[in-house]
Amino acid sequence: MTHLQSELKQLKDELLTMWTLTCTQMHKSLEALVNNNKELASEVIITEKRINSFELKLDRDCENIIALYNPVAVDLRFVLAVMKINTNIERIGDIARSTAKFVVRTSSPYDIGILEKTRLLEIYEEAADLLEDCKEAFENENPDIAHKIFMRDELLDEINKASPMVIAEIIRAEPEKIEQCLDILSTIRRLERSGDHCKNIAEEIIFYIEAKVIKHSKKSEKGNL
Amino acid sequence: MFKLESKNVDVFYGSSQALKNVNIEIQNNTVTALIGPSGCGKSTYLRLFNRMNDLIDGIKIDGQVLIDGQDIYAKGVNVDILRKRVGMVFQKPNPFPKTIFENVAYGLRVNGVKDENFIRERVETSIKQVVLWDEVKDKMKRSAFELSGGQQQRLCIARAMAIEPSIILMDEPTSALDPISTSKIEELIHELKSKFTIVIVTHNMQQAARVSDKTAFFYLGELVEYGETKQIFTNPKQEKTQNYITGRFG
Repeated sequence: MTHLQSELKQLKDELLTMWTLTCTQMHKSLEALVNNNKELASEVIITEKRINSFELKLDRDCENIIALYNPVAVDLRFVLAVMKINTNIERIGDIARSTAKFVVRTSSPYDIGILEKTRLLEIYEEAADLLEDCKEAFENENPDIAHKIFMRDELLDEINKASPMVIAEIIRAEPEKIEQCLDILSTIRRLERSGDHCKNIAEEIIFYIEAKVIKHSKKSEKGNL
Repeated sequence: MFKLESKNVDVFYGSSQALKNVNIEIQNNTVTALIGPSGCGKSTYLRLFNRMNDLIDGIKIDGQVLIDGQDIYAKGVNVDILRKRVGMVFQKPNPFPKTIFENVAYGLRVNGVKDENFIRERVETSIKQVVLWDEVKDKMKRSAFELSGGQQQRLCIARAMAIEPSIILMDEPTSALDPISTSKIEELIHELKSKFTIVIVTHNMQQAARVSDKTAFFYLGELVEYGETKQIFTNPKQEKTQNYITGRFG
């Protein structure tokens, strides 16, 4: 293995560590929300700082590799992809922290009935799954998994689109729950956004492995390319 | 019509084959980089275009090598006239043991030019073209050996250009130079492209990426891949090319 190859492997390992940590953050923040576990939520908020540190370290490592090793072809695409994936994962980390902040702040546990009606649990689990699947695609250099991400994002869009009406109905019926409802609506919005981050990540994985740029092409084309 | 072209070219040194069925078409006013590991045939290929290989014992060349559509290995081709059209710059600067002025004037004199005013003008123009004028204008009568390596190499390029070739072949022209001189030569290649067709052999991958429009990758005498430099260095089609340019080779 050349020096560059060992640097790239280290970069990949580091990104995967950050990725695993972010997946865990997603699961823990959901668990904290469902069980109103403020201690777990605080842990998520503290751990988010580690994700930020990873982001800075990975950016610096990418910069060093480009400056010192002048990577080309697949190696260059890999480094460029890592830089962008890194940013997207960090944003997803922020989403987990936002949920945790709501849990720490709320005076009463979130109503499970509202969580079910708004399909928050469903969208949360799907968002976490998408992130896990992106990780698998990257780790195993499997573009097929990445191509499927674009179609799966539809469920997130659907739940997000329906949520304002559902929330409005709940607020009308139970106006005292308005604060909870606003937190939930905001969380759903963010989770829909995390689906977009996963799509960005999938695009980068395809760029790195297949040297194809599929940004801004239609969803159906992305799935079939 | 292409400026340079090779069709089904095979080259043998005795019983060993140095080039195998090489087909390349090179456009006018472009820079083409030839890359590949030592012994891959890239220098042999470069030297086909000014028939430098003719002097090697036991060499056999099959196929066609064309300049402006003319087969330069056809019967009756005057090699001296051919070499006026095809200048060459070598790995190590090789100025003659003459003054700076006479080095550049040499090609004109051996080609029978007698008009001293014409020679002076051409020498000045050539030296200006290689961006050496400001450094040597006050010492034209001094020996070329007094110049630094980078200056000597630019002088050699000026010498090649003085007889106004349309093609310049460069065989690792910066491998003996420091980074500043290297960057001056690379800038120069970029400038000269508008007037000449340049083919450069280089072991420096970044240099190939920086200076050339097209890149040809040779391996074991075969042309593995030939394409736009941008494409070769971002998304090569052949696995061998990718392995070579990313250093995974072997």
